[in-house]
Amino acid sequence: MPRAQLFITCLGDQFYTSTLQNMTHLLERLGVELIFPAEQTCCGQPLFNNGFDGKTRPVALNFMHTFSRSDTPIIGPSGSCVSMVKHHYPSLFKEGTREHALAVDVASRIFEFTEYLVNVLKVTDIGAVYPHKVTYHASCHYLREMGLKTEAKILLNAVKGLELVPLKEEETCCGFGGAFTVTYPEVSRSMMQNKINDIVASGADTLITCEPGCLMNIAGGLHKLGSNIRAAHIIDVLASKEATP
Amino acid sequence: MSGAAPAFIDFEKYSEHVPASIPAAVQQATNRFVAGRAARAAELPQWEQLRQIGSDIRLHTIENMDVYLTRLEQKVVSAGGYVHWAETAEDAQRIVLQIAKEHKVKKVVKSKSMATEEIHLNRFLELADIEAIETDLGEYIIQLAGTGPSHIIVPAVHLKKEEIAALFSEKLHMDAPTDPVELARIAREVLREKFLNAEMGISGGNFLVAETGTLVMVTNEGNGRMCTTMPDLHVAVVGIDKVIPDWESLTVFLKLLARSATGQKLSTYTQFITGPRREEGEFGPKEFHLILLDNGRSKILKDPVGRDVLKCIRCGACANVCPVYKNVGGFAYGSFISGPIGAILTPQILGTQAARELPFASTLCGACADVCPVKIPIPTILRHLRRRVAEGDEFSLPAMPAPIRTIAGLTSLALAWNWIYRIGARLLPVVNPFFRRDNWLSGMPYPLSRWTKIRPLPPFSARFRQWWNIRSAREKESSR
Repeated sequence: MPRAQLFITCLGDQFYTSTLQNMTHLLERLGVELIFPAEQTCCGQPLFNNGFDGKTRPVALNFMHTFSRSDTPIIGPSGSCVSMVKHHYPSLFKEGTREHALAVDVASRIFEFTEYLVNVLKVTDIGAVYPHKVTYHASCHYLREMGLKTEAKILLNAVKGLELVPLKEEETCCGFGGAFTVTYPEVSRSMMQNKINDIVASGADTLITCEPGCLMNIAGGLHKLGSNIRAAHIIDVLASKEATP
Repeated sequence: MSGAAPAFIDFEKYSEHVPASIPAAVQQATNRFVAGRAARAAELPQWEQLRQIGSDIRLHTIENMDVYLTRLEQKVVSAGGYVHWAETAEDAQRIVLQIAKEHKVKKVVKSKSMATEEIHLNRFLELADIEAIETDLGEYIIQLAGTGPSHIIVPAVHLKKEEIAALFSEKLHMDAPTDPVELARIAREVLREKFLNAEMGISGGNFLVAETGTLVMVTNEGNGRMCTTMPDLHVAVVGIDKVIPDWESLTVFLKLLARSATGQKLSTYTQFITGPRREEGEFGPKEFHLILLDNGRSKILKDPVGRDVLKCIRCGACANVCPVYKNVGGFAYGSFISGPIGAILTPQILGTQAARELPFASTLCGACADVCPVKIPIPTILRHLRRRVAEGDEFSLPAMPAPIRTIAGLTSLALAWNWIYRIGARLLPVVNPFFRRDNWLSGMPYPLSRWTKIRPLPPFSARFRQWWNIRSAREKESSR
């Protein structure tokens, strides 16, 4: 029986309780025995992406120690946070140090949720039912840093009743960008507006993404517009069994 | 922008007041280039290999720049040209003026050149009472408008045809129609007379082939050929980073450049200029001067991460795909070069005090690096420069305002000491009732106000840990 550790990310922790519950149920249903290391906080990306390497290191150390009490894979619901650990942690520590070795080890064990399903467990159909017209936003770090181009769509195409319609400029950033949203709110607004216009024009009733950050941005934008379009994390769609909501 | 370099580039302030017409005009043009580039790239099965080869050659060249520049100088001189070294923008200005004075030049025609935008040459010549007229249509338009370029290859991309017609009407004292063909005809008529009377032509250059001392210019309008052949004197101002080893490498860059820039297989005109004309009856100027511009490039070369910016071949593909650029336009970047490449070049030329905002003017989405024909790792360099701004390095002191550094320090503490984080996470939901509307939070205080003024925030919840604990306890109970 595969074992794995849940990395819930700070945005997930604070804003997406039900998505994390769904992630737990889905992985357990696939026979994965889960551990939840409670000492986890944030991956440190907000500090790292703003140039504070020195201030990122203690945060990364907390993560590395927390997830090294078990040598099992680490699974997170965000390509961006996972990429931070996988691609940037090793760069934070000097080669040859104990910390660097630990960072490399943690980096080799971490997987984004859909990546773990499709590429590790080799599961593509998990028996979800979602009879809706949906469209998909390819999140930047999930797509470009993690190189996950097909995984989400493979999973969505296996969902019963789901019709995936194309989104114009699917791979264009939605304007989230972490601290960027509060550093340059007006630019973030224009970018989000373009994304929302394309989502509305797609004719879908649900927008799916694999990233809590994009989800917060797009869902908030849709709500502000008064739109009925639902913005959902892919996990919530994959966990859907009934013809609701 | 046509004057001296700004003391501080206020990207944020500009981004809050972008004229609505700019994103519309910019997106229309850049979307066309993006589609063209994608189509041309798809036609070449070896496109990705070409990018890799292009990247390798550029890296090799900047690592051996001294060797290639020395060879270039020898070859230009032996072809009968003059080579001048300009360490700073002011040096380059002075050299141009000196050449002009020696030849009693009063009238200059210019072809499009980013290097002369970089050194603000037009304004400088104007002050020296020399008329310098831009002859590329886009450059001519922005010269009339009195601004700098807002895009590397399409300097007037921010203007709609109606705005250009209004500009022509005002500056040329006529009633200009909005038809682009008609506008081009008017410009051509004005410029024809300028070409015929010019005593000196100034150009930039796309590449400098060290092997033969050849200046390569890639253009579409034919004005570049007029500027470099009609006057008896040709002065080229070119950055030292434009040097490439040989003609074989040139074939790689000619394949990459037009496809990445405009979606053309090859630009309409590709000129190879090796020295002045050698005998009477030959085309070309009697005198050829090459001004090699450093202006901070040697300093950039010393930075093993930042130096990759010097691989740039100025195609503009990064700007065309950049969602930030497409929504703010080029002027937000406050310098002669805009878009992602401007965000990593300007702070290295002007320093991170003046340009500290630029590395942050990106969501790090990475679209730019995907299309760069010479594979410049733009997001990596953006992060590198953010580090320079935030923490300082061997090249520069920190430029980040102290309050932000304090906030970052406190954030680091809260995230590293997980008990602080966990207490904080459980406390946050307390604020929900004060800002809750339809199950969303809005109208929150600073700094979250900068989020909620654009879109509401989901309510703080943080219930997963509790759920997990209860569930684990129950499981233990039932397995007992």
